[in-house]
Amino acid sequence: MILVWLIIVLLSGGMLCWITARWRPMAAKWIALCAVLADLAILLNIWLQYGKGVQAGTGTWMIQYQTAWIPSFGISFHVAIDGLSLILLLLTFFLGTLAVLCSWKEIKSRAGFYYFNLLWTLAGISGVFVALDLFLFYFFWEVMLVPMYLLILIWGDKNRRYAAYKFFIFTQAGGLLMLLSILSLYFIHGAQSGSYSYDYFSLLNTQLEPAAAKWIMMGFMIAFVIKLPMVPFHSWLPDAHSEAPTAGSLILAGLLLKTGAYGIIRFVLPLFHQAAVDIAWWAMLFGVIGIIYGALMAFAQTDIKRLIAYTSVSHMGFVLTGIFAFREIAMQGVVMQIVTHGISTGALFVLAGMIKERLHTRDISQMGGLWTSMPAMGGVAMLFTMASLGLPVLGNFIAEFLILMGTFQANVLLTVLASTGLVFSALYSLRMMQKVFLGPVTSGEKLTDITAREMIILATLSIAIILLGLYPQTVMDVVLSKK
Amino acid sequence: MQEILFLIPALPLMGFLILSLAGRHLSKQVIAVVGAGVVCIAAITTIWLGINFLQTPQENGAYTVTLWRWMNVANFSCSFSLRVDALSLVFLFVITFVGALIHIYSAGFMKQDRDYARFFASMNLFVCAMLILVMADNLVLLYLGWEGVGLCSYLLIGFWYETTANVQAANKAFYITRIGDTAMAIGLFLLFRELGTLDIPAIQNAAPEHFTKSSPLITSIALLLLAGGMGKSAQVPLQTWLPDAMAGPSPVSALIHAATMVTAGVYLVARMHAVFQLSPLAMNITATVGAVTLLIAGCSAMVQTDIKRILAYSTISQVGYMFLALGVGAWSAGVFHFFTHAFFKALLFLAAGAVIESLHHEHGIFKMGGLKNKLPIVFYTFLAGAAALAALPLVTAGFFSKDQILWYAWSANGGSPMLWFVALAGAFITAFYTTRLMLVVFWGDVKTHIGEPPGRLMTWPLIILAVLSIVAGFIEWPHNMLHVTLFSDVVQKVLPAVTEKEGVPSESIFQLIAVVVTLLGIYTGYLLYKKNASIVAKWKLVSALVGLRNFFFSGWRFDQFYHTLFVRPFVFVTSLNKQDVIDKIYAGIVSMFQWLNGIFSVSQNGSMRTYVISVLIGIIFILALQFFL
Repeated sequence: MILVWLIIVLLSGGMLCWITARWRPMAAKWIALCAVLADLAILLNIWLQYGKGVQAGTGTWMIQYQTAWIPSFGISFHVAIDGLSLILLLLTFFLGTLAVLCSWKEIKSRAGFYYFNLLWTLAGISGVFVALDLFLFYFFWEVMLVPMYLLILIWGDKNRRYAAYKFFIFTQAGGLLMLLSILSLYFIHGAQSGSYSYDYFSLLNTQLEPAAAKWIMMGFMIAFVIKLPMVPFHSWLPDAHSEAPTAGSLILAGLLLKTGAYGIIRFVLPLFHQAAVDIAWWAMLFGVIGIIYGALMAFAQTDIKRLIAYTSVSHMGFVLTGIFAFREIAMQGVVMQIVTHGISTGALFVLAGMIKERLHTRDISQMGGLWTSMPAMGGVAMLFTMASLGLPVLGNFIAEFLILMGTFQANVLLTVLASTGLVFSALYSLRMMQKVFLGPVTSGEKLTDITAREMIILATLSIAIILLGLYPQTVMDVVLSKK
Repeated sequence: MQEILFLIPALPLMGFLILSLAGRHLSKQVIAVVGAGVVCIAAITTIWLGINFLQTPQENGAYTVTLWRWMNVANFSCSFSLRVDALSLVFLFVITFVGALIHIYSAGFMKQDRDYARFFASMNLFVCAMLILVMADNLVLLYLGWEGVGLCSYLLIGFWYETTANVQAANKAFYITRIGDTAMAIGLFLLFRELGTLDIPAIQNAAPEHFTKSSPLITSIALLLLAGGMGKSAQVPLQTWLPDAMAGPSPVSALIHAATMVTAGVYLVARMHAVFQLSPLAMNITATVGAVTLLIAGCSAMVQTDIKRILAYSTISQVGYMFLALGVGAWSAGVFHFFTHAFFKALLFLAAGAVIESLHHEHGIFKMGGLKNKLPIVFYTFLAGAAALAALPLVTAGFFSKDQILWYAWSANGGSPMLWFVALAGAFITAFYTTRLMLVVFWGDVKTHIGEPPGRLMTWPLIILAVLSIVAGFIEWPHNMLHVTLFSDVVQKVLPAVTEKEGVPSESIFQLIAVVVTLLGIYTGYLLYKKNASIVAKWKLVSALVGLRNFFFSGWRFDQFYHTLFVRPFVFVTSLNKQDVIDKIYAGIVSMFQWLNGIFSVSQNGSMRTYVISVLIGIIFILALQFFL
């Protein structure tokens, strides 16, 4: 039941924001902050309770809750968490809190509706991470889509309408294919067993013809790799990221992309194991293409948010490659990558947002020498630039190292190609650092260095990424309990 | 005793944290005390630890301490554990001791700088990373230190970041070393796949049993590790970043790009000697890389005009000697040369920094001159360093270490007359360019106004290093002269002893040749730059010689070569595809639908006449079908 509360708090918090903003516009952000903090507290409590205890193999699922929803169609409200969900939920509310904080000053118009959308997106995301009924999963998949679309459409930058449409159409196209796949799975399973159900555990027992399994899996896969995103389905991402407000970019990069990876791990691999093994080589290949292509694209960009967006494409390529290596080391690396990429890229987007607030531009050719007037921000930016290029001590290194080490056992050639990503990531990261913070000072006006509120956001992110680099085992132990 | 091991890297780390978090609120004095103080305490701790280590040898030959478990996944586990054996101890001593002197020097050298705290923070972080590198018990932790020193090198080369050229030099250093690092990472994956562990002692034990000697597998591992070492140690073909790295402040060049970081590759190869020994081919390649590098860099050093670039090329060349020694199997000789080189090269860079500072940031040696009497302390210390670099027989540390390498280049098992000859040619070149540097800078007429002489904070480190540049060699004498082998006795507890070939002529003949060649090099320098300067002037009229000089001056055109081969195509391709060609596909789909929309919407134009006509056409069409079918 506690899991249901997580979602209810967000949904009702969102409604409350919208309603109260009519009378007290300032109240909305406080309500939103309280809502996410409440959820974060609940989760931390769960983590303390179960984070260590489950390891010993007492059971895969830490908390489960199931109640009938639409019984006539075999739809139930079935939610549960295991280590993977727990980690992702922690990430969700961690970044969610920061997303509220970094909207504090940025959002001035229609704040109530803004926080409503923000919280509902978060609700959709957390729903996706806990749902164990495929219909429910699809439901949440859509819940996170629409508010995000509105966030980009209403509070985005100049070209927001185009970006919002593109984001919606891409994701929706994938979502519909997934719905088809869910339905076919539902009917095949129903015809086999006689009981029609969307439940994850029932569907796991479905016997599928290899050909059918392949097609049904592709429906899921396409939905998930569009979200991930995999090259060539990535082109919604740079537009959506660059036009979205800062919190939107943070949630997109930090959380929405992760639902794709989560979907593959949670649904594709268990439901269609053999079919997944069959496409493993291709999936890894596309992952590697993504790593290199994303890095090359990032190197060429002059819009700072587009640049960071393409680095996401590159980093998520590691995720895809790692998942389909089918090695435990790589899989742990994938989970680490999901978490650390969320934090590091989220932080870069937050920084980009702060720069944009001060300079009113995203064009890096108009920046330069910002370190002189903002040394503290420069220091933090250096930290996350290094995180993004995979410097040890920071969490991303653990992730990429484990992924590469695991995939090396599966496929040497692809791993060597993927490793070139390490060189390319240095190329685009240092170029970004040079254009923005180093070099001759270009802007004449005096810029204010980070404020106390910004300091809290950035310090939390920095501490998180360093702790993940030094004590990754904390995360891995929780996820290990999945086995 | 081994419990305090963690203090050695933790102290500089603490300095870094204090200075980076609170540095802007501290006064320069406090910053200097914290920044230099932590390294000095680390140095004292190291010396104390070293004395204990030598007095009471450990059972397994090492102090070890495990701080915490880092990762433990499936069959892979590694910890934050430190391990100090004789080899690490040598490196530890040099890093902390020379590092401390350089920090003290920097307190005086950088005192005018706005970003005093940032400088010391980065320097402290560097020392910490370098210490982790040499104390690491497993290769993943070593890799952590390895990347950490890369970061600090990047931060410090680009320390004066407002000049674009400095930032580009910093980026270049990072990019090129990163290529080596990636190769090394792949080497680690391969090692792990084969042995299932990355702990260094475990690898040493398991490798000889697991791998068959000279199998392609072990050769690839060794070569991948070597590539990592070549990147960090600026060996051909990954050497081009080091001369540009001189954009950083002089103490940085001394600490990172001469004394410690560039020898990380030497440490890696020596540390992984069990792997390298299994592959004679990889050993040969190591030696050849060293030989080629020492020659290429030496030639470039002969014609440079920037005082720091001369020293930079000379560093590449000297590290080449170390690789040569390791490659022929003279492990201890290679490490010994690292040991002496750290003193005299750090000294030369610091003294050069003092010269540059006194001459108002003048780098060109031909604009210097006559400094002998004006800056006596700098002159005498520089002289000591230069003599050691040129390997002046018997009185300098450089002689003892380089003589060993020359001897083993022929007589060791992996050696050959060819390698010896290249090393000998290198000795001539080294003596020549060192003499040229000395004569041009310190003799002759004063050409630039001389500012304030360096203060005591700067001169004391120079004096200490100068003394060490002279005496550090006395702990290891050639076998045929004096039976003092203190250094190799310690190091050979870890590194295998050199195996010599049969039937090599007597060592004394080699020494004699080496001495003659060195003196000849010095004389040539004297002849061309002091006694008879008209020779050089005459050469400047011969276009072939000028061409050769420019070729050497540009570092054998490696930069231009890489620029056309890699940089320009890369930038071209990426900028060509800036708009993302894949996006065009989707844009194409959109325009196709818009086009179709345009066509079909014609049928919905709201005019009754067209509707009637289309209905009629439809009827006629159906009727026509009826008729014809």
